[in-house]
Amino acid sequence: MAEDPYKTLGVSRDASQDDIRRAYHKAAKKHHPDLNPGNTKAEERFKAASAANALLSDPDKRGQFDRGEIDAAGTEQARHPSYRDYADGEAGRRYGQSGPQPSGWSAEDLGSIFGSMFNGGGRPGKSNMRGSDDRYSFTTDFLDAVNGATRRLTLPDGRTLDVKIPAGTSDGQVLRLRGQGGAAGKGGVDGDALVEIHVRPHPYFKRDGQHIRLELPVSLSEAVLGGSIEVPTPGGSVRMQIPAGSDSGTKLRLRGRGVPMHGGHPAGDIYASLRVVLGKPDAALEAFLRDWKPEHPHDPRREMETSP
Amino acid sequence: MISIEVLIAQVPDLDPGDLDRWIGNEWVRPDGHAGDYAFREIDVARIRLIQELCHELQLDEAALPIVLSLLDQLYDLRRRMRELGTGLGRTVPETARQELAAYLYEYRAIDDMTA
Repeated sequence: MAEDPYKTLGVSRDASQDDIRRAYHKAAKKHHPDLNPGNTKAEERFKAASAANALLSDPDKRGQFDRGEIDAAGTEQARHPSYRDYADGEAGRRYGQSGPQPSGWSAEDLGSIFGSMFNGGGRPGKSNMRGSDDRYSFTTDFLDAVNGATRRLTLPDGRTLDVKIPAGTSDGQVLRLRGQGGAAGKGGVDGDALVEIHVRPHPYFKRDGQHIRLELPVSLSEAVLGGSIEVPTPGGSVRMQIPAGSDSGTKLRLRGRGVPMHGGHPAGDIYASLRVVLGKPDAALEAFLRDWKPEHPHDPRREMETSP
Repeated sequence: MISIEVLIAQVPDLDPGDLDRWIGNEWVRPDGHAGDYAFREIDVARIRLIQELCHELQLDEAALPIVLSLLDQLYDLRRRMRELGTGLGRTVPETARQELAAYLYEYRAIDDMTA
């Protein structure tokens, strides 16, 4: 037999509907199971208050109850599983702060929750559990940073460290090598090595996010007549067709030949900007140009302001 | 996976405009994307929770991010505590665990002063 709903909500039998609603809201705020995880008493009270409210907030049911036609039992509404039923379990990681996948504890987790337990609380005679994080910097070639590479780093103390530079590493990026930092105290975890990567500039490739820009020299005849030319890319040369009449400054794109796909970024493109190079003086070319009557004569400086 | 149609059937008094806003604010984070959301049971329960917070607990929406963030932190912490419990159970000898339990039963704030 359930408790008297008036008693549950703490209102008198002649309470107004408003009083009942207010009393219910007050109880709900205090005992909502999601605000009191693990507190079964609160959950019971919340259920009882919900049931009491369901009965008393309905004037018909309240009348039946007051006249003794129904009792307080059997009026409990079937409650949906509470948020806590999910949030408290593995499913709750979906809204957790460390992401949906189970992840190990970091030193910060241990420190922030159990500071005095795992770092010895500064008491003498106890070593720190975790080793220090050591910082290094490493300069790499442009192409190694773009394509990825493994390089050996010699530390000041003579140790060597194989650093795996992932494809698409950008200048200033810091790589964390777990367990390669300072040694830990007894039973502890070694610190990490933090390696800041500096990328040496390349003579003709320029990085632009996932894309690579380059200025591509072409001969006069390639520019005028078009043709198939070899274009260097970070992954090796590829042949590309340039259209006839391509001028200096014409931009061509090689899709997918820029920085390779990495860490959720799709492969970038190459943007080549053509630059016409005349080469050494050529008597035949000079002779031809002297007699040449252009089909569409034009002044390439027409758009420029003339000096007063 | 629960489609938005099934969700609306399960939570009849849900206002689709409210839901859009909650998803936009990342208070509810279904899989998929606008027009093709896939909800999990925990998302449905979270939607009911937000409704209860707004209606029965009369919480202003402006205060919701704080409440949800605190709740998420609380559940995170409870998960961490359980992981700690499991870890202690697997790594610490029985006698030490009993000592720890006895210490916690007897715990007085003054013990902190010796640390």
